Amino acid sequence: MRIDFLYWEECPSHEEALDRLRSGLAEAGMRDEITVTHVATEAQARALAFPGSPTIRLDGRDIQPETAAEGAGRLTCRLYLLEDGRPSPLPSREMIRRRLAEQAVAQATKGATR
Amino acid sequence: MTLATNESIVSFSLPGVDGKTYSPESLAGASAVAVIFWCNHCPYVRAWEERVIALQRDYAARGVRFLLINSNDPAKYPEDSFEKMQERAREKGYPFPYLFDESQAVARGYGATRTPEVFLFDGDQELVYHGAPDDNYDEPAAVQHQYFRDALEAVLAGRAPTPAETAARGCTIKWR
Repeated sequence: MRIDFLYWEECPSHEEALDRLRSGLAEAGMRDEITVTHVATEAQARALAFPGSPTIRLDGRDIQPETAAEGAGRLTCRLYLLEDGRPSPLPSREMIRRRLAEQAVAQATKGATR
Repeated sequence: MTLATNESIVSFSLPGVDGKTYSPESLAGASAVAVIFWCNHCPYVRAWEERVIALQRDYAARGVRFLLINSNDPAKYPEDSFEKMQERAREKGYPFPYLFDESQAVARGYGATRTPEVFLFDGDQELVYHGAPDDNYDEPAAVQHQYFRDALEAVLAGRAPTPAETAARGCTIKWR
């Protein structure tokens, strides 16, 4: 699985988000590498359709696509909506766990049908 | 340079979303005044929003007044325009004035760099606390230190808050 972690250093939640992603991978027994990208310029943000920091993409799919469109393509901090409806600058551990599991199943299904 | 503990409040006159103009002088007689740099778009502001609203409601009867100021450049962040500020204040029922610092001079005068960033002044309008609302933007139930609430309690009791300074955690102010 391709795992991308994109961040802008002006948003302080990125280190915690990366820790949560690493923990989620370890708990799932996954050894996939994380490609970490520091988005540093507006041009880079536009080219990556960056929806804000931090952003996690699994095989190119955002872990919360419903909030990814807001402000896409600029340097900003990312707003996530948690399971209980609260806004947060961080994806929850549960959100990361669930998306990793779903993407792993999708990948396995795709492999089995080849 | 950022305003330091015991320094006097920096005066300003800014338009609020309610059509009125506000200044610190208009709050003379308040037992404490909190100037809080704020905005619409920042997820850290959103995460703390309900807690800051609750604090103003909790302390209004004790003469504490908040002034929230948005200094972001709306050309870069259209969600932070004056019209969007009016919408946000209406939607959330803000119990405090929400002011627009279009020239960004007030943010520069305070040395503010983040949203949210709290500057709490005592009844003499001298700075007694500067920093974050509390120590956990992500999980209200996991807060260990309620810096802002504790500082309010201290100042209302005539004590100096401890700590008087914490790191403001949030989005950077979007300069022109």
